[in-house]
Amino acid sequence: MREPTLPTFQGFGLGLRPPHYQDFLAGEPQVDFVEVISENFMVRGGRPLHVLDAVRERYPVAMHGVSMSIGSADGVKLDYLKRLKQLADRVRPLWVSDHLCWTGVEGFNSHDLLPLPYTEDTLKAVCANIDRVQDVLERPLVLENPSSYLTFADDEMTEWGFLSEMCARTGCYLLLDINNIYVSGTNHGFSPEAYIAGVPAERVRQVHLAGHSAGRGLLIDTHDTPVPDPVWALYELASRRLGQVAVMIERDDDIPPLGELLSELEIARARANGVRGRGLAA
Amino acid sequence: MSLLDLQRGFRDYILSGAPEIGPRLGGDPAAGLAVYHHAYRAQLFAGLRDTFEKTWAWLGDEGFDAAARRHVEAHPPSSWTLGDYGEDFPATLNTLYPDDPEVAELAWLDWTLRRAFDGPNAEAISPEALAAVDWDTAVLTLVPTLKVGEVATNCAAIWGAIAEDQTPPAAEPLPQAAAIRVWRQTLSPQYRTIEAAEHHALSLVLAGEPFGGVCTTLSEGMDEAQASQLIGGLLASWIQDGLVCGAE
Repeated sequence: MREPTLPTFQGFGLGLRPPHYQDFLAGEPQVDFVEVISENFMVRGGRPLHVLDAVRERYPVAMHGVSMSIGSADGVKLDYLKRLKQLADRVRPLWVSDHLCWTGVEGFNSHDLLPLPYTEDTLKAVCANIDRVQDVLERPLVLENPSSYLTFADDEMTEWGFLSEMCARTGCYLLLDINNIYVSGTNHGFSPEAYIAGVPAERVRQVHLAGHSAGRGLLIDTHDTPVPDPVWALYELASRRLGQVAVMIERDDDIPPLGELLSELEIARARANGVRGRGLAA
Repeated sequence: MSLLDLQRGFRDYILSGAPEIGPRLGGDPAAGLAVYHHAYRAQLFAGLRDTFEKTWAWLGDEGFDAAARRHVEAHPPSSWTLGDYGEDFPATLNTLYPDDPEVAELAWLDWTLRRAFDGPNAEAISPEALAAVDWDTAVLTLVPTLKVGEVATNCAAIWGAIAEDQTPPAAEPLPQAAAIRVWRQTLSPQYRTIEAAEHHALSLVLAGEPFGGVCTTLSEGMDEAQASQLIGGLLASWIQDGLVCGAE
């Protein structure tokens, strides 16, 4: 049975990454929640689950996956979903999220987040997969907007239009990655501001903030730098639209000492509070 | 073109550079295609470097990356977890380094220790349970992370030196056939080089032979004192290492 709604969670958190395990095990970092990469803990035993169980006692946990492949034309793999549900039943997370993308097809897995054409045919395939996922997991799914480096000749709608329709048809929710909006907007020439204005704000449960790098003619979503100014500006814009959401700094490479990420998280908190303060004053 | 056909075309581009996907893409797709072509390989190379860290250190960047390239081009991943990628990398190294058997053996050790790291949990048998065991009839259950592999070189010494940031010894063949057992004790992966008799005994236990039968087989050709010392020593080390999780 599917949960009809996914409760909101207001707070500021970080990803749980191996260099910071000991900090979180000690329960010292002042964060409101942590996010874990689901696949890193979809294992049989040993230290990863030991760490997760201990952290779970101290912090609310959001589960974030990279291998669901919700856009695969040949469907979502049941063995993967069963393992994911086992972990979700153990963790009892705030929610389970993954990406609007495909990672493989017909037994091939690229381990990369590959782009989808935004067409009615894709929408039907994605929505059918979401329905199946939500039935197996017995909870609503949260999907993140991807960063992308290609568009398709057959595209029939904007990405934010696709997301809106996807949420309306399936009841799923959104994880809004502000950096991904900026990266894809720059790469494909759409307005990030229009994107933020176009997503269904009431479906957004989480926000990712991250940095990127400049490649050959494209921005690349590398998660290896601090959040840059244009992403902060978009975040402030988004904060004016969004209700209660969980905001997170996402850092996956060149991971700095935890203190640096906590300082960055304080900036996110201050900017959100500043927006709300100005909103109240107005 | 259906979504399935488009994804097949994209897969073929990533794997082999097949150009059929081109007309389905918008704008000037060359730079974007290159990003995905590169990211696929970079992710797998990073995964292999992470899993086979000591083998990487032994071969150096150039040697390891050349082997990784050969492996990635010949073995597209199928599992949903990157952690499964590389199970057959030791076989690739065996082909690439036929005169340096320590390379594939190091890779086997890297792989097996990594599998032990997040393998199934099991409680070591308690002293109370040990006291009640009828050793003639008991069938031992060993921890599920236990793996035993035959080795012909001093790969364990090389692995250990690299792990401790010491200069590794030169590769050399072992004077006689040996094996390595790999397992996890509580949360820590472990390995130990074992002699032929222990390898034989573990094989019998893993095949479900009652401990009394294992003792009989191992005792052949020995006097009673020798056999007792050998078997007592093996059992004591297995218990001390947390290998035994049941005896019924």
